[in-house]
Amino acid sequence: MDAQQRAAANRRLVWKLMGLVALAIAFAFALVPLYNVFCDLTGLNGKTESLPVEVQSTMKVDESRWVNVEFTSSVMPGLAWNFYPKESSMRVRPGEIMLALFEAKNMTNETVVGRAVPSVSPSQATFYFKKIECFCFQEQALKTGEVKEMPLRFYVSPDLPKDIGTITLSYAFYHVASATN
Amino acid sequence: MSTATATHHQDDHHAEHPTGIMRWLTTTNHKDIGTMYLTFSLIMFLLGGLLILAVRAELFQPGMQVMQPEFFNQLIGVHALIMIFAALMPAATGFANWMLPLQLGAPDMALPRLNNWGFWLLPPAAILLLAPFVLALLGIGDGAVATGWTFYAPLSVQGGIGTDFAIFSVHLLGISSVMGSINVLVTIFNMRAPGMTLMKMPIFAWGWMITAFLLIATIPVLAGGVTMLLTDRHFGTHFFDAAGGGDPILFQHLFWFFGHPEVYIVLLPVWGLIPHILTTFSRKPTYGYKAQVYSFWAIGILSVVVWAHHFFTVGLPTPALLYFMYSTMSISLPLAVLFFCWIATMWRGSMTFETPMLFTVGWIILFGIGGLTGLVLADVAADAQYHHSYFVVAHFHYTLFAGGIMGIMAGVYYWLPKMTGHMYNEKLGKLHFWLTTIAFNVTFIPQFFLGLAGMPRRIPDYALQFSEFNMISTVGAFVLGLSQLIFVYNVIRTVRGGEKATDKVWESSVGLEWTLPSPPPYHSFSEQPVIK
Repeated sequence: MDAQQRAAANRRLVWKLMGLVALAIAFAFALVPLYNVFCDLTGLNGKTESLPVEVQSTMKVDESRWVNVEFTSSVMPGLAWNFYPKESSMRVRPGEIMLALFEAKNMTNETVVGRAVPSVSPSQATFYFKKIECFCFQEQALKTGEVKEMPLRFYVSPDLPKDIGTITLSYAFYHVASATN
Repeated sequence: MSTATATHHQDDHHAEHPTGIMRWLTTTNHKDIGTMYLTFSLIMFLLGGLLILAVRAELFQPGMQVMQPEFFNQLIGVHALIMIFAALMPAATGFANWMLPLQLGAPDMALPRLNNWGFWLLPPAAILLLAPFVLALLGIGDGAVATGWTFYAPLSVQGGIGTDFAIFSVHLLGISSVMGSINVLVTIFNMRAPGMTLMKMPIFAWGWMITAFLLIATIPVLAGGVTMLLTDRHFGTHFFDAAGGGDPILFQHLFWFFGHPEVYIVLLPVWGLIPHILTTFSRKPTYGYKAQVYSFWAIGILSVVVWAHHFFTVGLPTPALLYFMYSTMSISLPLAVLFFCWIATMWRGSMTFETPMLFTVGWIILFGIGGLTGLVLADVAADAQYHHSYFVVAHFHYTLFAGGIMGIMAGVYYWLPKMTGHMYNEKLGKLHFWLTTIAFNVTFIPQFFLGLAGMPRRIPDYALQFSEFNMISTVGAFVLGLSQLIFVYNVIRTVRGGEKATDKVWESSVGLEWTLPSPPPYHSFSEQPVIK
């Protein structure tokens, strides 16, 4: 192999390897949507759907068992609100439509917009926890000192695996924006 | 096959290369660049050691004596980043530069100018990493990155300017590594001497080939991850921010997709050089060359599919836990093959224990402990107890200090006479080995016990019952640190003069590099040798 041939061969291989590097970079950024798709498909991470579900008229209430639904709440740093569930737990029949109320109070002298992010555990129950109406579907704005009752209308699907007796729903409220009055 | 000459490089109208600082700034010679990599690595090794000695001083006693907790957090993270990216990886790249062309019978690395650029990205990267310490003294910012080397979100989204400096530093280090890898791969595939098939290559080249592929596959993922971190911090994105629909766990996936192969990136060059030393000082051919090459491939491939064992405790579903546990444990099979090959190379050999061999045998034992304790951590049920404890710290120092740095040191003692043309001082070398090995164990064996007793890592203060073991560990760390000065002295002494080394240096060294004079001429193998 003479010098020019070798230089050309080296250049070809460099371009191929640069292609590999480009693929790896693309893979890194593709992981972000892939990760979300993976979590949506499997229900891992306890991410519930962010859109209301339609109640099917064929759904029957399963009178044969009780499921315990527990509510927890937290307010993330940067948001000076009080936020808590009015009832900390409920006993429900799978298929029964229930209403849970949360209450939030803005402790600041600003109008503040927040957003609640839900998480269900155990994560296997994620798919079976159905929300018909939820304050977490939109951002919530509270004026200075305003107290707001926040409704969550939900049911637990009758298809819930038999070995799950307790579902915990957790809301974390995050700060989105503030505006001085 | 013809033995065509390869005297085409632009740096080949040589003889009068520039002198002084310009020689080093502009050099495209693989030996010069190798020397710069190794020197840089040694300086950074000492600097990273100083940082952690400050940490050990704080941990000597419970309570806060020496520093503020914030500063403590900065020290541990920067220690890790420096040791991994600025000490271990450049040392391996330095050996690749020095030795791959000599071992493969090539006149130089395939891409000499890229090589120069790759090296000169490193000093700015190190400055970026360390500058926040100095800026803090001047009242700018609040010091270096304080998240630990893992940059976990959301902590890293909140930190001060030190985090931004570290992100840009990682970018530069990553670009440098990827360029170095491309250079190594092109050299290995295109520049081998006529007749040297891949399966006749020195095993060091095999180790580096897998390392280079791993770097190309994973460094961009790290770079992408820290770039997302940067845009989360400053440009309003929400990759890792749950409020905007992101997920902090995603960062852990991105980080460890790079972070776990990184362990093997650091170790594979060492696994490559160890068989050369074993065969030299056992006076026997390498046992199981093919088995070792296949094991390298198996470990390289497995290393990119096991990352989640670094965060078993974040709440992964059971099937994922099981998958990552079994896949992680399966790495021990090819690794065991390697251990058997190393031991079998020594088996019934006429062994002598010069310093490189002492380091190698010590390396096998200590790295073995690192591997076995890793198996304990890979067990999901046990990991719930050991996660984020000092057991983990002790484990990865057995793999990275013993398995990485002690292996590199074996390589330094082995090849230094070839590089400099002088023999090092054997007595000082042996003293260095024994002090290092004993002090290393005095430092880290107590940390296993601390971890088992429940002491968490990354804390500046601890409960009283951990006092004695921490005291012992600190004493060991200072002896370990100080004994490295013997190494520095010995290396400098050897570079400056000493007993002349023969071409073969060792009685039964095998390979093309030992056919050249010691030190090899500035341009070697302009006429490529032919391998039969």
